[in-house]
Amino acid sequence: MPLVKLNTPGGLTAPVADWPLLAEDAYVPPTGPVLVPLATWLAGRDTLKDRPDTGVWLAAGDDATALGDDLPAVVAIRFAAFTDGRGYSQARLLRERLGFTGELRAVGDVLVDQARFLTRSGFDAFQVAEGSDLVHFEAALGRFSVVYQAAADRATPVVALRHPSYWSAAE
Amino acid sequence: MYQYDTFDHQLLADRVAEFSDQVDRRLTGALTEDQFRPLRLMNGLYLEMHAYMLRVAIPYGVLSSRQLRGLAAVARTWDKGYGHFTTRQNIQFNWPRLTDVPAILQALADVEMHAIQTSGACIRNVTIDPFAGVAGDEIADPRPWAEIIRQWSTLHPEFTFLPRKFKIAISGAIEDRAAVRFHDIGLRVIRNDAGDLGFRVWVGGGLGRTPRVARELRPFLPAAQILGYLEAALRVYNLHGRRDNKYKARIKILVDEIGIDAYRDQVEAEWHAAGGPALVVPEAEIARVADFFAVPDYVTLPDATVELARWRGADSGFDAWMGTNILTHRAPGYAAVTVSLKPVGGIPGDITADQMDAMADLADRYSLGELRATKEQNLVLPNVRQDQLHALWSALRSLGLETANKGRVTDIISCPGQDYCSLANARSIPMAQEISRRFADRRRLDTLGPITLNVSGCINACGHHHVGNIGLLGVDKRGAEAYQLVLGGDAGEADSSIAQITGRAMTAEEAVDAVEVTAAVYLDRRQDAETFIQTFRRIGVTPFKEAIDAAR
Amino acid sequence: MTQQIVTASRLADGRVLFRAPEGWSTDIHDALVFTPEEAAAAVTRAQGEPTRVVGAYAVDVDDAGLPLLGRERIRVFGPTVAPYAAQLEA
Repeated sequence: MPLVKLNTPGGLTAPVADWPLLAEDAYVPPTGPVLVPLATWLAGRDTLKDRPDTGVWLAAGDDATALGDDLPAVVAIRFAAFTDGRGYSQARLLRERLGFTGELRAVGDVLVDQARFLTRSGFDAFQVAEGSDLVHFEAALGRFSVVYQAAADRATPVVALRHPSYWSAAE
Repeated sequence: MYQYDTFDHQLLADRVAEFSDQVDRRLTGALTEDQFRPLRLMNGLYLEMHAYMLRVAIPYGVLSSRQLRGLAAVARTWDKGYGHFTTRQNIQFNWPRLTDVPAILQALADVEMHAIQTSGACIRNVTIDPFAGVAGDEIADPRPWAEIIRQWSTLHPEFTFLPRKFKIAISGAIEDRAAVRFHDIGLRVIRNDAGDLGFRVWVGGGLGRTPRVARELRPFLPAAQILGYLEAALRVYNLHGRRDNKYKARIKILVDEIGIDAYRDQVEAEWHAAGGPALVVPEAEIARVADFFAVPDYVTLPDATVELARWRGADSGFDAWMGTNILTHRAPGYAAVTVSLKPVGGIPGDITADQMDAMADLADRYSLGELRATKEQNLVLPNVRQDQLHALWSALRSLGLETANKGRVTDIISCPGQDYCSLANARSIPMAQEISRRFADRRRLDTLGPITLNVSGCINACGHHHVGNIGLLGVDKRGAEAYQLVLGGDAGEADSSIAQITGRAMTAEEAVDAVEVTAAVYLDRRQDAETFIQTFRRIGVTPFKEAIDAAR
Repeated sequence: MTQQIVTASRLADGRVLFRAPEGWSTDIHDALVFTPEEAAAAVTRAQGEPTRVVGAYAVDVDDAGLPLLGRERIRVFGPTVAPYAAQLEA
């Protein structure tokens, strides 16, 4: 399925080919592009981390913090069902706890109506259904001009807009 | 009460536009029903037995007269002229069209109301003591904290697809009137030895098919640190709560399975890793929100002892109402009044559009324009001058809203049951109606004294039968309605208990008779001025069981 | 012999519908009575009308064409309790 990426300020790229997800225990091809499971990455990190076209994909139950300091350039978090919200916490942990600055992809069952929650949690690339309407996706991204919470996207929460002096002192 | 600023208005406008777009996409087929269902639920829209049902949030139960008129307009314009107050301080409309929902949401937004997160696997409307800010036994007002949590939880990007729904309650008074130990997280306002304001944090309480009394997560959390701590507690739940079985997905099961100590360790570790105590709500924001809940300008008044005694002596109906429906107010000369939505034989919590408008007028005239919705499905006028109580009561009487039964056995809490709800196994409302008629006599009510009676139409327990002193649970017995009687539940923090089963499920008629038998056993066995629950705790369930079995 | 009707909710307003000779009807008296096999096929066909109906399913009925189960009868005839508004008028 194609992948779209988030551009600043908030637009989307045209769809590009996505990287395949390698199954658990599958043979790791000598070159990418490929996304390997967390266990594969942790076992072969010393060699895999130098491959620019090789990243990691996380299943919903994976511990994102296990990636530690040696981070790949691309991480994909797989939503087996869009109602399984573990990926949002995994994403925030990656961005805010581990300081991951690479590309964070939401793959699997990804709906346009999740777009805003995904970007706020730190995702910047999304797998979309073949032929899906990017206009809707972009509209969803731009839907909310106000946020009540600080999250991984660094959008300024309302409380900071209400009390600018407090916020600048805290920064 | 809280008033929206431009940011709050903007967010709500954005949300109305988003949901309107989602409705459009559903109607044109761009969204399947499977995709739309979680989205509409997140906005309180169910598809029930006969029609859609829209649940509108009344944030922590606080309602202005203007908002109540707004709700009346919704009932009149887009529904069948009535609404139903729920056990979670919300209101439901039973007959809206999907195609009208965008217009309804716009009308609600105009009075600073919405249906955001009134359903779905997300953080629900925060509930609190309906007498917050006016109760004589208050430690600190929970309303500012409820509003701060409301904003934080609204469209929270990380916690919108939790394993299951998540309910938070806050109690700020000595007596817990918010059932803090029966919520996913319960917060009890306290002060530590140094006099600092904070919360005792309870976790993992709940009803449903696995009722649990919450366990203590933290004895004291400084109040300003609440959001960072909640974020850690929710993150641990979001990552580790079960998702394989919806009946095991609530946080109470996670706490059961890993133990309260392991859960606490994970929350504390997560909280500290994320910044912990340094994550505070800015003092300026706490002050800004608290300002909306400042003590109003009460007139300096003496208690109206003499007039009230005279009116009570002259009018037995007023006397009865004063005896049950009034709570001591923090300000001398004032009273907090419960307006019972439990007339004899009525539908608990139902109110017509005309009654809503009339109540809004009475709130303006007698209660500084403010009302509260209670988890007991009644309304409260929180700020009534004692010397106007008789005039208020007379006005209520002309509306059929003067029922003197708060906290009595006919103040029945009931879910909509199978008359409306597609999850129900049996009807609830007719049971409530029949019990209400049987016990209508005022002397009988007074003799029985304080008793809570709760009816649920299925194991999901929206009627909170587990915490009723007397509870009825509707079950399906081979396609026929049947009811199980449970006894001894108590929602309050100090004496939290889950009701015990008395025996096999009965027919509706037998179940109502069993309630009569239960009352008779209590009257027979009570000592001195014992209440029902006190007698129950002393003698246990067996004497009740035996008498019920003997009568069948 | 088991007889069934097929019911669903109308997407636009959530009202109860019954499979009738000509599409769907809000009136139980228009409902077609099916064998279980025919009803299952009608339920499947209803999935082809996702912008019209939601949640189609088959219901066992008696010889008068009315549901056997209490729950389904309530769905056909509406709440058994009059809303408070109606009580006041009565």
